[in-house]
Amino acid sequence: MITINKRIYNGRMRSNALFLVMSTLAAVFGLIWLALILSSLFYNGFSGISLKVFTEMTPPPGQDGGLANAIFGSVVMSLIAVGAGTPVGLLAGTYLAEYGRYSRVSDVVRFINDILLSAPSILIGLFIYVVVVATTHTFSGWAGAAALTVIVIPVVVRTTENMLLLVPNGLREAAAALGAPRSKIITLVTWRAARAGIVTGILLAVARISGETAPLLLTVLSNQFWSTHLGGPIASLPVMIYNFAMSPYEDWHKLAWAGALLITIAVLSLSIVARLLESSKKQ
Amino acid sequence: MVDIALNRAMSVSDIKEKAVKRGGAGDARFRAISFAAAALIVILFVGMMAAIAGGAFVSIQASGWSFLTSQAWNPVTDKFGALASIYGTLITSFLAMALAVPVGIGIAIFLTEICPLPLRRPIGIAIELLAGIPSIVYGIWGLFTFAPYFQEHVQPWIVDACADIPILQDIFAGPPYGIGIFTASFILAIMIIPFISAVTRDVFDTVPGQLKESAYALGCTTSEVVWNVVLPFSRTGVVGGAMLALGRALGETMAVTFVIGNSHRIHGSVFSPGTTISATIANEFTESVGDIYHSALIEEGLILFFISFVVLACAQIMLRILHKRAGGVSG
Repeated sequence: MITINKRIYNGRMRSNALFLVMSTLAAVFGLIWLALILSSLFYNGFSGISLKVFTEMTPPPGQDGGLANAIFGSVVMSLIAVGAGTPVGLLAGTYLAEYGRYSRVSDVVRFINDILLSAPSILIGLFIYVVVVATTHTFSGWAGAAALTVIVIPVVVRTTENMLLLVPNGLREAAAALGAPRSKIITLVTWRAARAGIVTGILLAVARISGETAPLLLTVLSNQFWSTHLGGPIASLPVMIYNFAMSPYEDWHKLAWAGALLITIAVLSLSIVARLLESSKKQ
Repeated sequence: MVDIALNRAMSVSDIKEKAVKRGGAGDARFRAISFAAAALIVILFVGMMAAIAGGAFVSIQASGWSFLTSQAWNPVTDKFGALASIYGTLITSFLAMALAVPVGIGIAIFLTEICPLPLRRPIGIAIELLAGIPSIVYGIWGLFTFAPYFQEHVQPWIVDACADIPILQDIFAGPPYGIGIFTASFILAIMIIPFISAVTRDVFDTVPGQLKESAYALGCTTSEVVWNVVLPFSRTGVVGGAMLALGRALGETMAVTFVIGNSHRIHGSVFSPGTTISATIANEFTESVGDIYHSALIEEGLILFFISFVVLACAQIMLRILHKRAGGVSG
């Protein structure tokens, strides 16, 4: 009897050990590749970065140059997208959390929002192409900003709703007991209580759009020169990286790496700030 | 409440009465505006579907059902078929999922059950940060670093090793280009691994501690707890998370476009170049001339829309079921 039990017991221990080793190996495997990507990005990116990257225009092949116009274009389009998308997302998230928390309509909106949130971004590019570019007959910075806005809205909606749901109902009831109308309760009490979380959502939205390439490729094209004219094609970092990386020129590859590093640093620092805000709120 | 405030018997002055009424009107306006914003989301979604379908109309008329079954892709004669793109989209996503799901779930198990406590937070945060890195970074890494190394050091070796084995010699055949279906799938897999592990870890965290502790108290080993308690409890969530990742892989553009090779032909070998729906659109859209060519690319987008809509909708439904059961608020 005892010997049989021992065999079962040993078998269980062995399969457990195997299981632990396998999951540890999976973790090591995944982390190694991610470390490889980051290290080669930092190595190649830093070797391509100099002051010129920030001060000079994108060069023709074989000449020196930088990414100044592309950086400018990206920043401007992202700012417009966040400026336009945040109020809409904030209000829609507010409706879902405050007015229609338990209604059928909100369930539908929530569901569609979650699908938009992970919808392939190239489809958003096609959408804006058909609606904006095809009707105005020109690729433009405005179209690119519109595409980015469509990406920003669902991100802000999701985080706003989640953050407002965390606000204790006691706060709302206290304000209502003082006679405040619903709109005042929302703007003066719940929005304030959830402010850090909402800002986190906006930062995450910026991080999300700063690397988006596909929608810009279909709506803005690109431009080799300094341009502040949003009614026409304008340079942007992701599209520049795409064009330069696909080219056969060595100098352009270097600039592509430098641009990729800039985007990654921007995205990582935005997410880290967002995370710090979130955790400072919890304590 | 408003009636009480307006009660004359309480001797409310006219100014205060007006203020209350104004508050009521502002209230209704605020509610209407926020409802309009929520409705805009639905409008955006429906508009997106309508716009893409509208843009695809010319091509649907020109090609009919043969668009789905033909591999022809000839801009000169205006003959288009999306079969090669659809095949490429499905096969790259399938291969990527085959690698990323076990590894991603393994990482989640490692983080929730095995990893020493002080390391859990930092590794978890690192993985979540990596899930946010833009896909174009994965794309240029694949093109400049992975593909050349793979072409020179790994691919010839695999082709040689499989040359005499019946089925494998067809799967791993052909000249070592470096880029192709396999490389694209591999980069996709690495890209979605952090995503899968982040979602899966969150889902594992919904398993009540008492359940796991009771299983441990009965003498279960870690693997038995994971297989018999954690996974059964969180099954719908894990599947939902995996399908979210699949949705990402299906529609991913930049990580794939760089390394897939853009060839509109279906080959049996995973080392041969191919294309996906999103890579085709990204590569050819701005260069396409002619209404039918343009519209054919938009119709490919329409197909992608339907595929990813189905996958994402299933994912959301499964995640909702899990959250309801875990007693959380939906979402």
